[in-house]
Amino acid sequence: MKILVCVKQVPDTTAKLVTKADGSGIEERGFKWVMNPYDEFAVEEALQIKKENAAANITVVTLGPKARVVDTLRTALAMGCDEAALIDAPAEADSYLTANALSKFIEKEGGYDLILTGKQAIDASQSCVTQMLAENQGLAHANIVSKLDLGAEKSIVERDLSGGAKEVSEIPAKSVVGANKGLNTPRYASLPGIMKAKKKPVNEVSLSDLGLSDSDSKTKLSAYRMPAERPPIKFLDGEAAAQTSELVKLLREEAKVI
Amino acid sequence: MSKILVFCESANGNIKSSSLELITAAKASGHEVVTCLLGSEATSLAPSSGNYGATSSVVCSDASLDAYNSDAYFNALEAIIEKVAPTIVLASGSAPARDVFPKLAAKFDSGVAADCTSIEFNGDNVKLSKPLYSGKCIADVDFQNSKIQFVLMRPNQLPVGEADTSATATVEEVALPAKDLRVLIKEIVQGASKRVDLTEANIIVSGGRGLKEASNFKLLEELADVIGASVGASRAVVDAGWVDHSMQVGQTGKTVAPSLYIACGISGAIQHLAGMSSSKVIVAINTDKEAPIFQKATYGIVGDALEVLPVLTEEFKKIL
Ligand SMILES: Cc1cc2nc3c(=O)[nH]c(=O)nc-3n(C[C@H](O)[C@H](O)[C@H](O)COP(=O)(O)OP(=O)(O)OC[C@H]3O[C@@H](n4cnc5c(N)ncnc54)[C@H](O)[C@@H]3O)c2cc1C
Ligand SMILES: Nc1ncnc2c1ncn2[C@@H]1O[C@H](COP(=O)(O)O)[C@@H](O)[C@H]1O
Repeated sequence: MKILVCVKQVPDTTAKLVTKADGSGIEERGFKWVMNPYDEFAVEEALQIKKENAAANITVVTLGPKARVVDTLRTALAMGCDEAALIDAPAEADSYLTANALSKFIEKEGGYDLILTGKQAIDASQSCVTQMLAENQGLAHANIVSKLDLGAEKSIVERDLSGGAKEVSEIPAKSVVGANKGLNTPRYASLPGIMKAKKKPVNEVSLSDLGLSDSDSKTKLSAYRMPAERPPIKFLDGEAAAQTSELVKLLREEAKVI
Repeated sequence: MSKILVFCESANGNIKSSSLELITAAKASGHEVVTCLLGSEATSLAPSSGNYGATSSVVCSDASLDAYNSDAYFNALEAIIEKVAPTIVLASGSAPARDVFPKLAAKFDSGVAADCTSIEFNGDNVKLSKPLYSGKCIADVDFQNSKIQFVLMRPNQLPVGEADTSATATVEEVALPAKDLRVLIKEIVQGASKRVDLTEANIIVSGGRGLKEASNFKLLEELADVIGASVGASRAVVDAGWVDHSMQVGQTGKTVAPSLYIACGISGAIQHLAGMSSSKVIVAINTDKEAPIFQKATYGIVGDALEVLPVLTEEFKKIL
């Protein structure tokens, strides 16, 4: 059984980001790059499937600028993935190009029996690649999954819906499944794992190997800017009664939100 | 003139205001606006989309579309998009829309801009802006060489126009394509909360570790009942098991942008701010005047949330 896990490298959640003066992007310094948090759940799920199924082979793939994204592949290898592939592409690759490149990569490698992703990359919060990749591959998908019971032909998944509701559904075992928090508890890479990961080869692929090019994105981001400064805070003085009556008045008359 | 297709969803027998926002914006562009609705209420609701500027509506009123199934929605919407042949498709970022439209975009060999907060039209092209990195910065989005421009907007970002009840949309039905469904929904387990989902809520009251114990969340529930809010939480209290994960706001929870966000006993860690700092008005109630949440807040109360909340609820009752 061949499992593919798609992971994206994103800035650490505590990163303080600054946009470039010319608005062309963010300054890529002063923070750590990490694996997208939802993709950690996808990697962990693959490892747990492998524990039950010794014949399983896990490939982790990422698309991005090779100099930096290789670290995220090393992390996944150190967690226990068997093989790693890197699709070298500019950071500007959009959901469309990413999903197409991943799909062409899958065809080139002869297909996988299960494809795991994260429900969303926390950089642009698109939440699109999972579904687009599924469509490119002609597969069903289940996104925002908090439980996966993999069967031979069919799997049972639990998806998180709005307002805390859950949907239990049956999908073909060969599908694209997008992981949510709650699916499992991702492990940390062990020290021996980290040492071993350093020696594992990384299969490098260019966009042109896949018949694609940098200019195949369908959306383009520009004019990166910091959010507008908020006006200074108004503290409300006095006892609770005075504070709350003033607050209600301001919400109604000044902010007009009530 | 090109065509804009607006996906409309309904709640409690009306078209949702998040859909009306999109019809209003599409109408202002001067393009022809066509709406689409799915499910057994579709035929009766579709004409009213004309009140906001749609000239026609295409519906698939098959009752099997009353609940979301990614395959069934895909099949119905694919047929509708083929029929309408729009250059722009607009949908609000509800869970079903965010699930199905990216798949449709791939089908139509097109790009998607998701989680957008503003929209402008330049001729046949649409220009969006969206927060990146959970609101740490903002950028514009343009489409290039996209057959159809698929746009998913965050709810509550745009104004809803005045309804003109004399204008109604003509309605045309398409049949649900008879295709096998690969996805089979076995069961929906309802959540504990009957409130509007956080991502669509207009007002949110949210609690953190400063509420001291799980049972004190009832103070937030009481306030939420009075002002019609949804209830959120910090990760600290979700991890402590006080409330369900679906209530978590922040980087690894939900990203919200209500008109009013009331943070009670929440310190304002960067990962929490990441999920709510684009709220229009932020109120913070915290005992610590130095808490980082006050740097983002519009109004601040330095005080004990357990003491302030019941008084605040009573104060709102006087005017609501
Ligand atoms: C990778 C990662 C992802 C994360 N994702 C999220 C996320 O999605 N969402 C999230 O919220 N956090 C997230 N966190 C956790 C975050 O860093 C904080 O730990 C968390 O938000 C703190 O929750 P809190 O404000 O409730 O608790 P605390 O930080 O403990 O703050 C409690 C606050 O209550 C105040 N207080 C105490 N008593 C009272 C009282 N009686 N009345 C009023 N105020 C009082 C205190 O002054 C303090 O400011 C994440 C962390 C990491 C590392
Ligand atoms: N550049 C990428 N390389 C590999 N996987 C990706 C990439 N971008 C997105 N994905 C996968 O698709 C999921 C959803 O991403 P997104 O649609 O960008 O929110 C992520 O959690 C990843 O699993």
